[in-house]
Amino acid sequence: MNRIQTLYNSIIGKKVIAAVTGLILFGFLLGHVAGNLKVFTGSTEAGIPHIDEYGQFLKVAGEPLVPAGALLWGARLVLLFSILLHITVVVQLAMFSAKSRPVAYVKSKKKAASLPALWMMFSGSLIAGFIVFHILHFTTGTIQLGEFEHGYVYNNLRSSFSNPFVAGGYIFVMLVIGIHLNHGVWSMFQTLGIDNPDRNKFLRTASTAVTVAIILGFIAVPASFLFGAMPEAANYAHDLLTGH
Amino acid sequence: MRIKLHVWRQSSRSDKGHMETYELDNVVAEMSFLEMMDTLNEKLTVEGKEPVAFDHDCREGVCGMCSMVINGEAHGPKSKTTTCQLYMRHFDDGAEIFIEPWRASAFPVVRDLVVDRSAFDRIIQAGGYISNHSGPKPDPNSIPIEPNLAETALDAATCIGCGACVAACPNGSAMLFTSAKVSHLGMLPQGQPERFDRAKSMVSQMESEGFGSCRNYAECEAQCPKGISIAFIGRLNSDFLKASLVEPIDRRGDMKAQ
Repeated sequence: MNRIQTLYNSIIGKKVIAAVTGLILFGFLLGHVAGNLKVFTGSTEAGIPHIDEYGQFLKVAGEPLVPAGALLWGARLVLLFSILLHITVVVQLAMFSAKSRPVAYVKSKKKAASLPALWMMFSGSLIAGFIVFHILHFTTGTIQLGEFEHGYVYNNLRSSFSNPFVAGGYIFVMLVIGIHLNHGVWSMFQTLGIDNPDRNKFLRTASTAVTVAIILGFIAVPASFLFGAMPEAANYAHDLLTGH
Repeated sequence: MRIKLHVWRQSSRSDKGHMETYELDNVVAEMSFLEMMDTLNEKLTVEGKEPVAFDHDCREGVCGMCSMVINGEAHGPKSKTTTCQLYMRHFDDGAEIFIEPWRASAFPVVRDLVVDRSAFDRIIQAGGYISNHSGPKPDPNSIPIEPNLAETALDAATCIGCGACVAACPNGSAMLFTSAKVSHLGMLPQGQPERFDRAKSMVSQMESEGFGSCRNYAECEAQCPKGISIAFIGRLNSDFLKASLVEPIDRRGDMKAQ
């Protein structure tokens, strides 16, 4: 425990914590985008869209080994903890670094620093705000930007994303997440000391490729609903879903 | 050549400082940047003004004294070049040149372009050494070292400690300097006994000097006059992580069978 504390108190340790929590959040995004793609796989014979069934599955996942909802809430707590820790260490580092140059240069030039790297704080803040908004929109239904009914995931998506402003807004934020990941994923390898000149090109290309794939997957959902490529879901009673 | 200079003037540590503009019209393309500065100072002296204080020593690119941010870049526009090896032919006739000192809270300005880089010395003192016996001289090459490892350690050892990495880093971080110093000792057999303690104590000294944290911009590598790779920062991260979480492991003691 002492060692963890020493690590937490050092600037390299804080970077490592940002990298590891970033990795957890990146893992979540991979799972999230894979789940989202169920929007495109159609419906069951009873007319229930696969995505609705998947949403229901997430609520009861782990049963009967663990009580219904335990796995979901466990994952949510890990993610919440990761996000809070990620933000905390990054803000602490930024406050520490802000004191390192009291007098600014009259003329300063960047030779290597990329814009995504320089914009990490900005993109990160936007993403943090989006996460709150997104949960209030599609999870709790507190923010109504279309018809919303708990459990009817497909219809909720269809209703919200047929509005070009909502779909456009989501697509914009996905691009911001892409910019954040483009630097963040590679930066994780560097911070953990995994990158080396012999694998630098591979790691950077792989980071960008995975980021592009994830973001395209995310954008596909609002874009498809917006351009009317998605069929209307059949009406079905809620009790057809498992667990209801 | 005719040039227009904007130079940072600051009479003492406590002075607020300001940019001052000078025009020079007798500049020759073959002059080095520092010779141009000498010309400026001669002119100022003749005019009865205070010459510009700047650091310089060897003027052949190895001592790391000539610390100037020229047009927003540490050591000026030519990559992998110290200010003293920069020539006026690298600038256009009629060029406007901004000259500022290294900007970092850990490098306080002493006067004009001269900064106090003792913070680097204290980082070295914290762990930039190896323990060696003082007895008879060992035979040369008596410790076998893998050639690639020796070359990489030598790459790290080319760091002249000029501080351009700190000046270039948007965060004012000294990670490239510290990592180069930690690596060139930590990669060689002679540096193994203190390897992990060295990483910890040098990083801890670096933090207490008030240098910022690394954000993986690679700006330091791009502006380093010796082109030292940020690979060493990755290596320091890895060594520091091991030093904090794993090493040194106390494995002494009895064990029981079952």
